[in-house]
Amino acid sequence: MTEPYIAILIIWVFLFVYAIAGSIDFGAGFWAMYYSDRETSATVLANRYLSPSWEVTNVFLVLLVIALVGFFPGAAFYMGTLMILPFSLVLILLTIRSAFMVFSFTVKKYTKALVYISGITGLLIPALMIAVLPVSIGGFIGGGEQQYILFNETLASPAVYTHVGFGLATELFLSALLLSDYAREAGEEKAYAIYRKNAVFLGPVTLLFAVTALLTLIPEAPWMVESMVDVWYLFALSLIAAVIGYSSLWWPSKSAAPGRPRAGVLLIVLQFGLASFAYGYSHMPYILYPDLTIQDAFTDPVMFRWLLYGYGGGLAILIPAFYIFWRLFMKDKRYLQGKPEEENQY
Amino acid sequence: MDSVLLSRMLFGTSMAFHIIFATLGVGVTLMIFFAELMHWIRKDRDYGVMAKRWTKGFAILLGVAIPSGTIVGVMLSLLWPGFMEIVGKVIAVPFQIEIFAFFLEAVFMSIYVYAADRLSSVMRIISVAVVAFGASSSAVLINIAHSWMNTPAGFQLTDGRVTDVDPWAAVLNASMPVTSKHVLATAYMTGAFVLVSIAAYRLLRKASSDAERTYHKKGLMLALAVALLASIYTAANGHDTAKMLHNEMPLKLAAAEGLFETQASAPLAIMGIPDPEQEAVVGGIEIPGMLSWLATGSTDGVVQGLNDFPQDEWPPLFVHTLFNLMVGIGFSLIGIAGFALLWSIFFRKRGFPAWLLILLIATGPLSMLGIEFGWIFSCVARQPWTIYGIQLTSNAATQSGNIGILFILFITLYIVLLVLTSLVLKYFFSRNPLQRELTVSNGEAF
Repeated sequence: MTEPYIAILIIWVFLFVYAIAGSIDFGAGFWAMYYSDRETSATVLANRYLSPSWEVTNVFLVLLVIALVGFFPGAAFYMGTLMILPFSLVLILLTIRSAFMVFSFTVKKYTKALVYISGITGLLIPALMIAVLPVSIGGFIGGGEQQYILFNETLASPAVYTHVGFGLATELFLSALLLSDYAREAGEEKAYAIYRKNAVFLGPVTLLFAVTALLTLIPEAPWMVESMVDVWYLFALSLIAAVIGYSSLWWPSKSAAPGRPRAGVLLIVLQFGLASFAYGYSHMPYILYPDLTIQDAFTDPVMFRWLLYGYGGGLAILIPAFYIFWRLFMKDKRYLQGKPEEENQY
Repeated sequence: MDSVLLSRMLFGTSMAFHIIFATLGVGVTLMIFFAELMHWIRKDRDYGVMAKRWTKGFAILLGVAIPSGTIVGVMLSLLWPGFMEIVGKVIAVPFQIEIFAFFLEAVFMSIYVYAADRLSSVMRIISVAVVAFGASSSAVLINIAHSWMNTPAGFQLTDGRVTDVDPWAAVLNASMPVTSKHVLATAYMTGAFVLVSIAAYRLLRKASSDAERTYHKKGLMLALAVALLASIYTAANGHDTAKMLHNEMPLKLAAAEGLFETQASAPLAIMGIPDPEQEAVVGGIEIPGMLSWLATGSTDGVVQGLNDFPQDEWPPLFVHTLFNLMVGIGFSLIGIAGFALLWSIFFRKRGFPAWLLILLIATGPLSMLGIEFGWIFSCVARQPWTIYGIQLTSNAATQSGNIGILFILFITLYIVLLVLTSLVLKYFFSRNPLQRELTVSNGEAF
């Protein structure tokens, strides 16, 4: 029975892309707030990155939910029932954030409000989302027929806090790294120096949280730790990628400040991919331990094949569209350097 | 209140909120495309300014449309886990493709808006055409899932297990073609009527300059033409809908019309209240044989009545009123738009009198009300089923508590957003008056 594994692999890809894009998106919101009173160049840069990208990031969230419903209707049933409160909170926060994102481009007096809203929600939303991970490793579900999350047990669990800490550290590290690359591309060395400094500080913090998150798993989910030991080499490779990626911040460059942020971003994304794949692999075959496996939750085999065709067709259209998008916003010097008039417009 | 009712209230309110923005997203993008097209054909700068200002309004609405769409998308799984479990196995494909359509719309919207000054005029028309295409496709794809709830197909349910899945048959369910056309046509009509309202409102205010009046007149005529065409098409499509209901969902048709007894030459009851005691519509106007003609194509055709069905499967009978309001609004709009168009042909010199402008101002809100009544009718008249004849709403709903508090939270959110959106729209357009944009000399730049 390999079909559920193909499906969960696709879910992982979406989750991975959303985790990266979301980290950068929410992180940029936080940085824009953090530097709003001091370093305007850093804030302006973060906002310029955010304005065209948040919509695309948001769509990945919907894609993830829809993919879960299509591939694992049983999991959608379970997750929907159990996570109704945290997910609803995420939705409300996300709505406020997106609305203000658009409103503040229109009405300048909302800019200040946006900076705080996107900064605060930029921490709260990822924290709520990442908390789903430790809850799904088991032990927090109560009730017989009517199941629900045991909030007291959840809040008392160290694994929840280490996961949340790890999630936030990753978010800020990744976004600082990407924004430093974005600043370098735009030729804004001052903003580059700020974001590089943050990345330098946050790299080790992230690693520390990653290790403690793993350590807290040992008492809570021994079944998962056992599988993790089996794929130790993936974690080892991920560590190597992390170390090399981190060191790229000191690689010599043509610019005044050292560092090759582009290589850093790519290596850290690779590291994140390896580690999250290994984590997900060790989670198998459970979606929700011990109640639900991917086989139980799997969709109808005919539907599975149709969904694959659908993704194939959809990607064939979207990849060229994204290429144009990337060329216009991530590459085009005219946009990166941002004429002031243009920013007032939309 | 039980959690099923609360779930229905929460989801219904969320949909009622979202469709305002979703409908405008479909209708207004088409109008922006037409404005860009007119700009290109006529080389008239007014249409360029028009496209830009409509786009700005649309971009503000999109700020609510996207997150509210995300809300209803995720809320489906939160509030209707039993329903989504069957959806995932049978009708997941349209949802999935809808994401891609939405993606396409979002990407090209970003390109059209943020990179407008770096695109040639033909590229701009192409990108806004892709936006409009993506928006319309989304509407059709979501409607496919909705139509499947009314006329489910493509699977068997045996002992609670889904078998014999045929996703293509589910997509091509019996009510899909006719309702998809209905959703598209009414969205185009509503988007256009809302723009008619705005232009008429501006024309009514005497303070504007000649250049502004010319601009608003052009916008009004363009939107009026699209609105009239779309609403006439909607009326024609209504006839097909009646036939489809007659064949596929006779109970829904009987409830919509308040018809109790199965009969040949069934009359069409306009307004009035269906009374189950008297088994008749009280206080309405009856047109003999009209319902038979609408449903079967012949005035002596037989139409099934409510009494043919077990009473515990009847939808609430007030759906008759919702249905009448929807249809009544539709025909009034055709009347107003047709009359205004004739007026502008015969009295070209005189312009629109104030009373006609006031009528035209009413068209946008009326059209939006029609959309709301139509959706509420379609979903309430399907009750007690979520998937007609297959899954009861009480079996689709979540078992979890806490819905009450969520209901309050989301309602507050929607009210705040409605107020904020109106404020932002008002603020933006009063801070960027038309006069200034019309007199800016640097032509294309925006």
